[in-house]
Amino acid sequence: MLLLTCPYCGVEAEETEFLGAGQAHLKRHMDGSTDGEFTAYLFERKNPKGIVFERWRHVYGCGKWFHAARCAVTLEVFGTYSAQTFEPPKDIIAKIKAKRPEWEAKP
Amino acid sequence: MSFRIPEFGHLIDRKKPVSFSFNGKTVQGFAGDTLASALMATDHRMVGRSFKYHRPRGIVASGGEEPNALMNMGEGGRFEPNQRATTTEVFEGLTARSQNHWPSLNFDIGAINNRLSRFLPAGFYYKTFMKPQWAWKHIFEPIIRNSAGLGQAPSERDADRYEYFYCYTDILIAGGGVAGLEAALEAGRSGAKVLLLEQSPHFGGRFMVDDVMVDGRDGPAHIAHLLAEISTMPNVTLRNRTQGAGVFDHGYALGYERLTDHAPASTPRHRLWRIRAKRIITATGALERTLNFAGNDLPGVMLAGAVRDYVRLYGVAPGARTVVVTNNDDAYRTALTLHAAGLEIPAIIDARPQGGGALAEQARALGIRIETGHAIAKVTGKKHVTGVEICLQSGTGGAVETIPCDCVAMSGGFSPVVHLWSHCGGKLNWDAANAMFSPDPSRPPTDQNGEGFVLTAGTAFGALTTQACLQSATLAARQAAKEVGRSLKAETAPREVQSPDESAMAPIWSMPANAPYKLRAKTFLDFQNDVKVSDVQLAAREGFESVEHTKRYTTLGMATDQGKLSNINGLAVLAGALNAEIPDVGTTTFRPPYTPISLGAIAGEASGPLFKPTRKTAIDGWHESHGAIFEPVADWRRAYAYIQDGETTQDAITREILATRGSVGLFDASTLGKIIVKGPDAGKFLDLLYTNMMSTLKVGKCRYGLMCNENGFLMDDGVVARLDDETFLCHTTTGGSDRIYAHMEEWLQTEWWDLKAFTANITEQFTQIVVAGPNARKVLEALGGLDVSREALPFMGFVEGTLGGLQARIFRISFSGELSYEVAVPASQGLLLWNLLLQAGADYGIAPYGTEALHVMRGEKGFVVVGDESDGTVTPHDLGMSWAVSKKKEDFIGKRGMQRSFLVAEGRKQLVGLRTLSDTEKLPESAHAVEDGKAIGHVTSTYFSPTLGHPIAMALIHGGRDRMGDVLSFPVGGKVHKARVVDPVFYDKKGAQQDV
Amino acid sequence: MSDLMSFSEIDGSGAVLIAAQRRVAMVTLKTDLSNKITRAAIKKLLGTTVPAQRKIANGVAWMAPDELLIMVPEGSTPEAQIEQLNANIKAPMLAVDVSDARAVFTLKGNNAREVLAKGAPIDLSADAFAQGDFRRTRLGQVAVAFWMEADDEITLICFASLRQFMFDWLVNAAQKGSLPAYLNR
Repeated sequence: MLLLTCPYCGVEAEETEFLGAGQAHLKRHMDGSTDGEFTAYLFERKNPKGIVFERWRHVYGCGKWFHAARCAVTLEVFGTYSAQTFEPPKDIIAKIKAKRPEWEAKP
Repeated sequence: MSFRIPEFGHLIDRKKPVSFSFNGKTVQGFAGDTLASALMATDHRMVGRSFKYHRPRGIVASGGEEPNALMNMGEGGRFEPNQRATTTEVFEGLTARSQNHWPSLNFDIGAINNRLSRFLPAGFYYKTFMKPQWAWKHIFEPIIRNSAGLGQAPSERDADRYEYFYCYTDILIAGGGVAGLEAALEAGRSGAKVLLLEQSPHFGGRFMVDDVMVDGRDGPAHIAHLLAEISTMPNVTLRNRTQGAGVFDHGYALGYERLTDHAPASTPRHRLWRIRAKRIITATGALERTLNFAGNDLPGVMLAGAVRDYVRLYGVAPGARTVVVTNNDDAYRTALTLHAAGLEIPAIIDARPQGGGALAEQARALGIRIETGHAIAKVTGKKHVTGVEICLQSGTGGAVETIPCDCVAMSGGFSPVVHLWSHCGGKLNWDAANAMFSPDPSRPPTDQNGEGFVLTAGTAFGALTTQACLQSATLAARQAAKEVGRSLKAETAPREVQSPDESAMAPIWSMPANAPYKLRAKTFLDFQNDVKVSDVQLAAREGFESVEHTKRYTTLGMATDQGKLSNINGLAVLAGALNAEIPDVGTTTFRPPYTPISLGAIAGEASGPLFKPTRKTAIDGWHESHGAIFEPVADWRRAYAYIQDGETTQDAITREILATRGSVGLFDASTLGKIIVKGPDAGKFLDLLYTNMMSTLKVGKCRYGLMCNENGFLMDDGVVARLDDETFLCHTTTGGSDRIYAHMEEWLQTEWWDLKAFTANITEQFTQIVVAGPNARKVLEALGGLDVSREALPFMGFVEGTLGGLQARIFRISFSGELSYEVAVPASQGLLLWNLLLQAGADYGIAPYGTEALHVMRGEKGFVVVGDESDGTVTPHDLGMSWAVSKKKEDFIGKRGMQRSFLVAEGRKQLVGLRTLSDTEKLPESAHAVEDGKAIGHVTSTYFSPTLGHPIAMALIHGGRDRMGDVLSFPVGGKVHKARVVDPVFYDKKGAQQDV
Repeated sequence: MSDLMSFSEIDGSGAVLIAAQRRVAMVTLKTDLSNKITRAAIKKLLGTTVPAQRKIANGVAWMAPDELLIMVPEGSTPEAQIEQLNANIKAPMLAVDVSDARAVFTLKGNNAREVLAKGAPIDLSADAFAQGDFRRTRLGQVAVAFWMEADDEITLICFASLRQFMFDWLVNAAQKGSLPAYLNR
């Protein structure tokens, strides 16, 4: 069971306080998008063996959504950050690269 | 025979006899005994029958690894099967029954399987029951079902309570033997917060039975010294009877505390410690291995260390004449202990040609016969040991001598308890010198920071000598302390240890080395699942090369003991059969918990009334005291109907509906969600959330709206009221209040964070009461206050002010189709308002109605219920609600989704009404319409309408709106119901009743 | 809090006194709390600065970066508070009365922490959670918030509909002879 730090509460809490909601940094497709784009937005998710960027909500705490960067294999957490962004912050990317030089940043 | 001796026994109190019942007979033990030691003291040598062959089985071990002595323990609400006698402390009144035999332990019909064992080899159930086909159902399955399982299933509700305890610590230590205690002491000195768990009632482990000297103190004295020193440290906590049961991600660990198993009480029986530790030290010791010789499962054949435990700790002799058989020096300690207790040791059979070291010398000096390079060819005896035939270890089992004895103490070497290390991914090394897997400190389980968080100490680390054991504990403690941010300045001086030098053990996986099939087929690896050496060899011959496959094929290590004694021996036999090295064959996966834990502990306090939270409205107490029967809706309980004297439930529903339609009814609608959305962009936000336009809603007005998910499927509905320019009040369904609030926050926080709008879920701030029926207005007018006339408060409007002296907001909305008001007051005034309305409505025969009456009335009106008419695959268009889907808006959640090809295709299921051809029989719930052998739709709601005097239903039918007038068939349970497709609005289609 | 009249239900049979308070007037304020003008307005209005992350001070609790829970002081009413907040905070905001949406409990006794530690998955030791700290979490299956009123007194809030369930849960957890004696040994 994971420990995650809510970037809004600043508290490290156990997984049962949080709700996990899958892949982060999805681009919403709307009216005018092709069937392919819209289907991909709704249903197609990456499932890498390694670094993942995920959406989480601190449901039993402040109620805020945030993102977490972690390794799906070792469960190492590289950081959590605001959900109000389009890409992972540079410091988190740098931290991942330092620990996993072979990783290519393709969130 | 086994019996109590006057020597030793420092865990028992001979002044305190304890009586308990075993197989219906009263047995005497002493306080401090385990059930196993007390049974052994009273010559109960056979304590159960094996699972497959029903062979007689006795106690093998003295701890949690015991495979045989499993009991049906307790009675009634405290009955529990498969409890290990070795870890059960006796108490006055304990009841235990042995398992897996009929009619009795001594005479067991199932023992016929033992004779048939030739026909029941590994995997026989995959090969045997194929033909004839009919026999499976009528013969094989009933027999297998009857013989499956070890103990009995409890038949009564658990009488005990359980609970969790969440606990945070810097360092968790699992195991209270000398390594754990040394580690706790050293870590404690750093100031770190330390929690140590010991599964048994006593601390000290092997130090309480092995003759060692540390700093001039013997084992027990050294343990007492450690405990005394630790007790002065406020930062160190020791818990006995608490097992470190599992290690999980990110420093999470489970502790399983058995509080009242040794002294039943009304306080919680088990407590599950849910621990977060920055570092975990496993000091879980090592388990002695069995030796593989024929008849090694007979009662009286025991682990050498366990024999020593029973003598030393409980003053019990497992036998009068004990043959010791070993491949290592440790078993000599057992011989020396037996000698000290005045018991006979006819021989020590040492498989090593060179024999042992200093301990062997001691034994020899005492005149004990030692046969090196020898083995046990087989054990003689039927229900217990009567002797052993010995042979050369290097041979094929030709016996050279038969030695009469009544106990065999065997030692096949030691396996570190690596379970907790391995649970979360710690890797192992093969230690060839000691023939064991031990933790590889360079490959530990890692935590959220990518750092190793488990360390091991003592024999669990693979440090088998006392000196190495103590050193590893100190080192582990220092490392852990440093890693949790504490510092230890001075080096701790190493302990001065006096213990005899030991000779190397020899890996012996077969006794004798070239044992023929006849012997191997009576040589047991897994006692609990009856897996023999020959079974594993058969599996290898049949191509099961992977250890995981062999395990499942033979069931080796799959019983409740999870192969604690058998796994390494099994691996070695498999490696031998495959001509492979043991580390190349590898181990199976170690999974938590270490030993079985109770289901009660896993459930914690959540049983009975605390099983699940029940939400209640402010008027719930009134409902309960006025005949309400309840139904669960989301986490709420809602009044389903109010049953009066002599009424059936259907009578009550009918009465409530007719009273409402005829005069006036009262309904507690407080559970409906109420969410405030406020801000300059509130209207814009709601336009994105709802399928219809909300920003154009005028202040003081209400509008019904639909919400879809991004797929375009309906997810909720409700009435929105505009309170002021910037503020909207959104009503949701009962089940939707939390879900829709979360949905709003998700979109606001993660997609449209530029919008200036805030939300608040104020569902519970208000009691909301529906007053519905032709006389509703008169009831409100009788209360006095707000003008609720048609002019002042038209349909789909709301007003705020006082009603009957209470601050209220009154909405003119209707889910029943009648003239209807929904009155909201702060929840603390809710019951008062309810009573005022009852009083004011008394003259009109006002009737409280429940959720079923509400549902029937909305069904009569053709109003949909999210979750009945919709199921997550239904669009507003399918429900005939295209009028509520804006064509003007550029964007809203679900707009693009609804354009998907299959959602705009012809032939979608569409909502229709159904009129049964019969006037009395309503359609069954969820019945499918079948046409030409195909299902063409299903019933979504079905009621008997008291208003109309006939059944009504709604259904989703393929192309339903084009099939008005068709008669459809609904075959259910051999009967075909017929109904005509009609408009879903059965009552007052023009809405004249509600707009008056 | 020791005024018995302020409790609707009390259970003193266990190791910790569990009491359900009748009603505590409180207001939820949602607005951007990093806005300096807003912070100044709040300080002027409530007589206290906006509490730091996960803190409670002078009856004002930090719920989220954009949310406060304001206990209405004696002599005022939620309506009056809301009116003032509406009038004085110029940035987008939302203030609502939630007094009746909450159940409020008092846990009194030296072992109050241990009762909560049976259901809250957080570190409740004295060095990790002290007076002034405010924590939103779960207690068993129920969303709650709590804070230390004194060394031996905890105030806990949850949704009003769960008042009975929460009371029963707390009384069960506080039963005599059932405390682990770990946090307070």
